Amino acid sequence: MEMQEVLFYAIAAFTVISAGIVAFSNKIIYSAFALLFTFFGFAGLYVYLSADFLAVTQIIIYVGGILVLILFGVLMTQKIYDTKALTAHNSLWLSVGGGLFVAAIIAALLSKNVWLAGTPKAFTPTTEAIGKAILGHYLIPFEIASILLLGALIGAVYLARAEDKEK
Amino acid sequence: MNTLMPYLIIGAIVFTLGIFTILSKKNAVGILMGVELVLNSVNINFIAFAKFVDKGLNGQIVAIFIIILAAAEAAIALAIILNIYRSKTTVDVTQMNEMKN
Repeated sequence: MEMQEVLFYAIAAFTVISAGIVAFSNKIIYSAFALLFTFFGFAGLYVYLSADFLAVTQIIIYVGGILVLILFGVLMTQKIYDTKALTAHNSLWLSVGGGLFVAAIIAALLSKNVWLAGTPKAFTPTTEAIGKAILGHYLIPFEIASILLLGALIGAVYLARAEDKEK
Repeated sequence: MNTLMPYLIIGAIVFTLGIFTILSKKNAVGILMGVELVLNSVNINFIAFAKFVDKGLNGQIVAIFIIILAAAEAAIALAIILNIYRSKTTVDVTQMNEMKN
């Protein structure tokens, strides 16, 4: 096997195993740190899919933004040394049943393999093409996304502010 | 590595783990982590289709919009979780039943 291929399967196993730790860990703080490695694994897979811009965006936004927010949430809402409160889960059979149901549907879809996979495109830098597409063909979704982000910003500040109006 | 199917299988496994996380965790922050896993697995499907099936880059642009939505969703969800924690001092979703009855 080539070096590239070995590395691909290593990254894939790394991603899936750390996602498994997110799902099965009893302590929420372990899940949060395993989520960090899952995001890095996905960024590596994006590089294999010749999506260079998205790999860097994944690291900047998910690791630098969303994961820090989630860690804030974990640390502000948990007494992290209180192990009794952390092991609470819903019934295992219900969760495993739901997961197996979804897995069966996806496996049935994947086994049909209806996609006409052409030859993979050779790697070309994607940043310029993405910029042109966003400011051209995808201009209206781009503007709607900016309005959505503004709304999310205002809404998050409004929801999380200290409640001192009633006093 | 140069075929579509390994990426779809990785996406399917992570999607299933994300659904399992959403169903099994009682902590609201844990459920948010499950949602992030689901969104990431959808992203890798879109990017794999952009490389192997689509002629242009449309899948990658859809993935960018999904990342934007995930960021907005995480911010709003954590604001709601912090608000609930301040009023109830718990983030256990099975304890949040004020609107029942």
